[in-house]
Amino acid sequence: MEWRDQGILLSARKHGETAAIIEVFTETHGRTAGIVRGGISRKIAPVLQPGNQVDVTWRARTEDQLGTYTVEPIRSRSAALSDRIALAGLNATTSLLRFSLPEREAHHPLYIRSVTLMDLLAHPAAFPLAYLRWELALLEELGFGLDLTRCAVTGDMDDLAYVSPRSGRAVSTAGAGEWAPKLLPLPQCLLGQGPVIDTEILDGFQLTGYFLEHHLAKSFGDKPLPESRARFLDLLKRQTPAP
Amino acid sequence: MSSTRDIDKLIEMMARLPGLGPRSARRAVLQMIRKRGQLLAPLADQMAKVAASARECLNCGNIGTEDVCDICRSEKRATGEICVVQDVSDLWAMERGGAFSGRYHVLGGTLSALDDIGPEDIRIPQLVARINNEGVTEIILALNATVDGQTTAHYIADQLEGRVRITSLAQGVPIGGELDYLDDGTISAALKARRSI
Repeated sequence: MEWRDQGILLSARKHGETAAIIEVFTETHGRTAGIVRGGISRKIAPVLQPGNQVDVTWRARTEDQLGTYTVEPIRSRSAALSDRIALAGLNATTSLLRFSLPEREAHHPLYIRSVTLMDLLAHPAAFPLAYLRWELALLEELGFGLDLTRCAVTGDMDDLAYVSPRSGRAVSTAGAGEWAPKLLPLPQCLLGQGPVIDTEILDGFQLTGYFLEHHLAKSFGDKPLPESRARFLDLLKRQTPAP
Repeated sequence: MSSTRDIDKLIEMMARLPGLGPRSARRAVLQMIRKRGQLLAPLADQMAKVAASARECLNCGNIGTEDVCDICRSEKRATGEICVVQDVSDLWAMERGGAFSGRYHVLGGTLSALDDIGPEDIRIPQLVARINNEGVTEIILALNATVDGQTTAHYIADQLEGRVRITSLAQGVPIGGELDYLDDGTISAALKARRSI
């Protein structure tokens, strides 16, 4: 068995004295683990940093083996190391991908979104909203997508203000009626309406967080969400001025 | 019962050490047995002594043979600077260079999402306590330039913000390094940290 692909390096951990086991979210083979011989050497270790874009060749005698990787760097994302929010965003992204993606299952649309998101790490002003939209894409890709196109009650496409925590469908102010307190607020930035306000992005994270925790994580036996997502949100909150 | 059981056991234990495998462990044990008087007996004595006395410094986490290490006891090292390192091996590397004259703080690891290591699992609370007790003026973060290392550095900087001056080691072209062989992350870090000459 042998294949060559490109991907985002999600994690690397030392294996024995000289090798490393890495996980790569590849374009056509999904999240796949493998051993890199000499992976902790001074030459290769900088390439095996989470978030880096890499070209990989995976080899194994049979398909179900762990396999070995040879890795070539394509793009380093080490610029994020010096920016605390970018670094927290990188950690949150790679952790959520590791948390949620099944092994060896291709998710091409999510892969493309993830690469774009990683490239936005160098643009701190644009990253939080891009990350929020990426979480929506992640939910959709894994079968928990939100339908924000029209009201689930009235069918209206205007005045959408809430999301049903059960169905994930948008609800308009008129459609919500007395149920409004039980619904999740829908930030307008997710509808592409009006200027993006930082506090709306934080509201957006409440929304995606709810579905990640109560739907996605529940499907994995209520595993807790990665701590790095909470750390990223905490940093964003601290730098967002109160409304 | 095999007559070489104890020797085999020694070879097996030596082979678990970093840098050694079964073959090199066998060679090392053979050499020690051949030089029993000069090598094996003194080594066994010394290992017994270290096994009995080696411990972590209660203050900084360095390894020594007393409760508080020589560096923490030395008044000359009370410069108000604490260099924060990940591991004792990093402390020893800094000491080899001889460029730092302050004290150290060994975290004993880094924050790691992968290994589920949080702030409570490494010696960050002890570092905060030292800042209050030792009249610290500067914290130098000498952590690895990896995602985990820098995540930890930012976390510590966040916790100590406004209380003390916080600096970190520079990143860039190593001495003897050739640009052609550097990764693009190092080159961009070096370019950002450029200085007038």
